[in-house]
Amino acid sequence: MENPYLPYPVRIDDIQIATEDKSLKTFKFVFLNEGDEEKFSYHAGQFAELSIPGIGEIPIGIASSPTEKGFVKFTVFKTGVVTSYLHNMKVGDIMGIRGPLGNWYPWDLLENKNVVIIGGGFAFTTLRSSIVYMLKEENRSKFKNIDVVYGARSPGMLLYRDELYEWEKRDDINMHITVDGTDDPTWKYNTGFVPTIVEEKAPKADKDSYAIVCGPPIMIKFTQPSLEKLGYKPDQIIMSLENRMKCGIGMCGRCNIGKELVCKDGPVFTLEEINKTPKEY
Amino acid sequence: MKVIKIDKNSWTKGIDKSREAYKLFGPVKDKTIVIFKELEQGMFPEMEYTDSVLSAKSVIFPQTEKILGGSLDESIEDHHILKRPDTNYSPRAVLGIRPYDAKAIQLVKLNFDTEDYRDPYWCDAYEATTFIGLAINEPSAFDFSTLTDTGPFGEEGLDILLVDCKEEYLAKVLTDKGETFLKASGFEESANTKPSLKTIKALQSKAEKAITSKIDSSKIKDKTILELYEAPFWDDLAFSCINCGTCTYVCPTCWCFDIQDETRGKTCSRFRNWDTCMDPLFTMHGSGHNPRGEKTQRVRQRFMHKLKYFLDKYDKGIMCVGCGRCVKHCPVNIDIREVCNTMNSYEKQE
Ligand SMILES: Cc1cc2nc3c(=O)[nH]c(=O)nc-3n(C[C@H](O)[C@H](O)[C@H](O)COP(=O)(O)OP(=O)(O)OC[C@H]3O[C@@H](n4cnc5c(N)ncnc54)[C@H](O)[C@@H]3O)c2cc1C
Ligand code: SF4
Ligand code: SF4
Ligand code: FES
Repeated sequence: MENPYLPYPVRIDDIQIATEDKSLKTFKFVFLNEGDEEKFSYHAGQFAELSIPGIGEIPIGIASSPTEKGFVKFTVFKTGVVTSYLHNMKVGDIMGIRGPLGNWYPWDLLENKNVVIIGGGFAFTTLRSSIVYMLKEENRSKFKNIDVVYGARSPGMLLYRDELYEWEKRDDINMHITVDGTDDPTWKYNTGFVPTIVEEKAPKADKDSYAIVCGPPIMIKFTQPSLEKLGYKPDQIIMSLENRMKCGIGMCGRCNIGKELVCKDGPVFTLEEINKTPKEY
Repeated sequence: MKVIKIDKNSWTKGIDKSREAYKLFGPVKDKTIVIFKELEQGMFPEMEYTDSVLSAKSVIFPQTEKILGGSLDESIEDHHILKRPDTNYSPRAVLGIRPYDAKAIQLVKLNFDTEDYRDPYWCDAYEATTFIGLAINEPSAFDFSTLTDTGPFGEEGLDILLVDCKEEYLAKVLTDKGETFLKASGFEESANTKPSLKTIKALQSKAEKAITSKIDSSKIKDKTILELYEAPFWDDLAFSCINCGTCTYVCPTCWCFDIQDETRGKTCSRFRNWDTCMDPLFTMHGSGHNPRGEKTQRVRQRFMHKLKYFLDKYDKGIMCVGCGRCVKHCPVNIDIREVCNTMNSYEKQE
């Protein structure tokens, strides 16, 4: 068995500013060693530890999709020691990636189902991975209707804007983009908080419907009643949690909710599972 | 069962002989307290102590340990690429470990040696180690190990159990690893098995009888996690706690750790350090949000982890071996025996 603490060496291949306030950047990495990309093969919904030698490690959701080859992508919000350092790094710099870690959205279960994806703020990274994965030609037929509700404070704070507007044009995915508010008179999408838009625009649930929800705790909290009104049962609501992490492999003991370790038994849980554990997230 | 007789007059000579093949660890006096340390030439284990303040867990899981290292010097080839340091995992032996501490290492193994991941630092150290236990003839008032599936003469996790019989030690040889150590030390005089086992048995029952604490965890498994988590007694139990973390550092079954990077000049190292769930930083997000920001939440986490989550997760009993260290060293007298009994007898009011 390999040393699970040893990161794969990677090079920063591209850095893009992701939001108008520059608080988020998208980093594209390529593996330095042949064969490592294959060893890193992942599913949409997993995360990795970005490892900066001498600075530290941070758990970040994988934003690229398993269907995109040759690189891995992460979108990082600048907040503390490691994320601030990363924001100042340059293309060409060498660092590490450890993973893939955690479980993923239940893709087998979601086959032949209607899926509604609900995201808020910058917790859209693994949802982007999921959408790209589902829309890939060979995968699209595996799913029934796909709806997406995604909201941010303002248009400039939406992640992956170019892709959002592309998806908006397609007829095999229903996009419901929203912002809390905007002074842009040409804004042609929704205005309002995510829970409200969910209630108005998301499809009603039947037994073949699932919702995937990712966002700040407050959004998650207020989205639950909206989904309940639409008929989603706790086992049809899938969530991804973010707890403070270090090891990412279930050993350092800090990320637990009850007996579940979010890094290893999660980060993806159904609401039904979460309802059985202490709400320490 | 083979029993070897070790005359105390030949003890230090045997220990010195064993150094040719083993790196030794054992209990030593450090100022006024007893802790486990590497025994350099000329150092011998303190065999008369009752309780060491820190357990022997550090032999396998050091308080701070370098796990990766590398160079930040861009002029050299592998700069910014981390590698595992060359740690010496040649055979080591820990002398005089108490039975409850040996059992604790077996419980901690469930965390570090799993189907999905193997922690190479912990596992390599574990595999290199021979565990030479010392039975407790006179348990302290804090010891409640008989109630946690181990006891003062417990053998689980040991390769040899030494029993102090005044002029000599009787050594119960429990594994091949143990046998190899005794050979390497020149301790080869067989004792007459039957009578020596009888002597040991007598000392054992005397020691076990000396433990009078009452703790009962038998009913905890029948209650749900949420029932106990939501019970009304946590604020009261946590009231006097000052979150010093002592209980977690002294505990042989506490394994939580932090990972931190350090840079000196152009050299960087990644360390892992013991951490404590009693510290609010343990769970604090970058945003400032903290799922266990309140003291009560952290005290509850410690006891729920030890007495309920661990029990439910592994079905190997509770994550406490009854050494009594946390009880003895808590500055405000928070007592896991009382907490356990409170949890065990709790009935949810409908
Ligand atoms: C499964 C998962 C997926 C995530 N995905 C993303 C993502 O796609 N984009 C993004 O910007 N952020 C993501 N985060 C949050 C991100 O990990 C934290 O913002 C980041 O660790 C803060 O690190 P820092 O060193 O800058 O902050 P500091 O406050 O200096 O934190 C110090 C250390 O504490 C730990 N830590 C602090 N906050 C968190 C936190 N919220 N979650 C986990 N560990 C933390 C890290 O080890 C960090 O290095 C995710 C977190 C988890 C658990
Ligand atoms: S030793 Fe006592 S006071 Fe200190 S953290 Fe533990 S329970 Fe609280
Ligand atoms: S919880 Fe207390 S009594 Fe139990 S093993 Fe840990 S330190 Fe010893
Ligand atoms: S991050 Fe270490 S146990 Fe989950």
